[in-house]
Amino acid sequence: MSAVTEAPVALTRADPRSLLGETGMVERPRRRFLPFDPWHLFLAPLAVVMLLPLVWMVVTSLETEAQTFHFPPILWPGTLRFENYVNVIRESEFGTWFWNTTVVTVTIVLSNLVLCTLAAYAFARIRFLGRGVIYFVLLATLMVPLQVVLIPTFLIVKDLGLLDRLGALIVPHLASVFGIFMLTQFFRTLPIELEEAARIDGASRLSILVRIVVPLSLPALATLAVIQFMWTWNEFLWPLVTILTNQSAFTLQLGLATFQGAHQSQWHFVAAANIMSMVPILVLFLLAQRYFVRGIATQGLKG
Amino acid sequence: MERVRRFLVSDHAAGWAFILPSVILIVVFGVIPIVWGLILSFQKAGLISPEREWVGLQNYTQIASDPKARQAAVNTIYYTALFVPISILASLFIAHALNRKIAFVRFYRLAVFIPVVTSTIATGIMFLWLFDRNYGLANWLLGKVGLGPFGFFEEPSQAMIALVLMTVWGWLGFDTIIYLAALQGVPQELIEAAAIDGASRWSSFWRVTWPMLGPATLLLVVWSTISALQLFDEVFFVTKGGPLGRTSVVVFYVYRLAFEQGLGSLSLAGYAAAIAYVLFLVILVLTLAQFWLGRRVVHYAS
Repeated sequence: MSAVTEAPVALTRADPRSLLGETGMVERPRRRFLPFDPWHLFLAPLAVVMLLPLVWMVVTSLETEAQTFHFPPILWPGTLRFENYVNVIRESEFGTWFWNTTVVTVTIVLSNLVLCTLAAYAFARIRFLGRGVIYFVLLATLMVPLQVVLIPTFLIVKDLGLLDRLGALIVPHLASVFGIFMLTQFFRTLPIELEEAARIDGASRLSILVRIVVPLSLPALATLAVIQFMWTWNEFLWPLVTILTNQSAFTLQLGLATFQGAHQSQWHFVAAANIMSMVPILVLFLLAQRYFVRGIATQGLKG
Repeated sequence: MERVRRFLVSDHAAGWAFILPSVILIVVFGVIPIVWGLILSFQKAGLISPEREWVGLQNYTQIASDPKARQAAVNTIYYTALFVPISILASLFIAHALNRKIAFVRFYRLAVFIPVVTSTIATGIMFLWLFDRNYGLANWLLGKVGLGPFGFFEEPSQAMIALVLMTVWGWLGFDTIIYLAALQGVPQELIEAAAIDGASRWSSFWRVTWPMLGPATLLLVVWSTISALQLFDEVFFVTKGGPLGRTSVVVFYVYRLAFEQGLGSLSLAGYAAAIAYVLFLVILVLTLAQFWLGRRVVHYAS
């Protein structure tokens, strides 16, 4: 995680939803040498290059071992060997890794939604002793790179007896400064009149938050959820140092890395395992593109 | 009693009740480690062994005479010097290309953005296979135009460049989205006005559009530098610092010291923490310098 500034919020006046749509400059007419826009000559090869590693992985995952070790490469295997996928599931702990990652990710996303919402609402709307100082200290931790806190956090997790358990992956990430910061910024943009009216009618803080603020904040909450999902699903360094020997607590990324190490010459299996590990995040991305884009365009953070 | 009751229904109590769960977690796993890391860097300490001996600045002075630390620093600078300009210039051009109403632009944007959501391990596997010395698609395609064969990750002189290509592939979508958002914030009227005044596309881009992209460029330079200096996952998984230590970067060296050698009887956690803190200071100074420089050069629209 890296530094945060408020600059990115200001520089995206464009609607994030439009960034993946058909928007942009309308070219002034120029003489046409081609029956199509010349930019296609750059963009089409670019799209091929960007998608090639993924497509090639899918092709490899459907080949036989002999086909993968053929040069020049066999671009289409003929019969598609879906049993590669079945074999990976049957002969590795893939199911366990997938389940562990799902448990960790879902727990962290849900917990962040609740805890960060509560904290962000207080920072945005409630005046209390120490608010400014605490907010500043939290933000300052965003400046500190992971490797600086890696060793001491490891020692803390060890002292808590969490090493080699899923708890080591979950507990430190139940709340995030990123989430608090993002939601605080968002809550501040909401009109305060509705909340004031509810306050006068005697509603409690909590019921104002749940009944008025949260329903207005669903896009921001969805953005936080998908970004947190992506980070947690893909996290590697932290599981690497805290899950030392207990293979039954491996996450997908750890399992995948080990699996690749153990099957270095069986690319059809490695490819199948890799594709399966990516499916959830790719599906989520295709379904919730606008929230990914909003998360990146307005907050501009990548874990 | 009245005072207690008043406090309990006051905003102070409500505010603290709302933030307390998050604050406890972040203090324990975010704030304390920062302080503890600093203390560790002045100690001879192990990860598993309970040894904690105060050694003052010895860990810091040791860095200067450690050839492996020096090598890691050189490799990290080399990687950063390649990664930052390449990824930013490429994404600027791509964002410019994508910022127009043409057929398939939706698909093109999707293709550029997809690598952002794939994990570093997944990306590492894809590129290990793509860049395989003997059976890789890359060598086959490059062979068709008379290049190669390349050893890529296995060749000492090429491994870092292969890492740059792989990480640029993964980052491009992120940078492009930022630039695309900034480009869409450039008022169309300004570009039209420049055209009416007879400016060519080239000069209207550099005279009108580019200055307005200043804040986005500054942001990307800062972020790309920060993340490039902290490269780890890709090195750990794909090259393991090799071949011949040519891709051993600073965070990888820190990891090695603390978690590979430190889990044994060696007490290197303190030394590793000192290196991590030096890197942090470098990042902090660079970031401040970039913002300071940026403030003098970058034009912020009011």
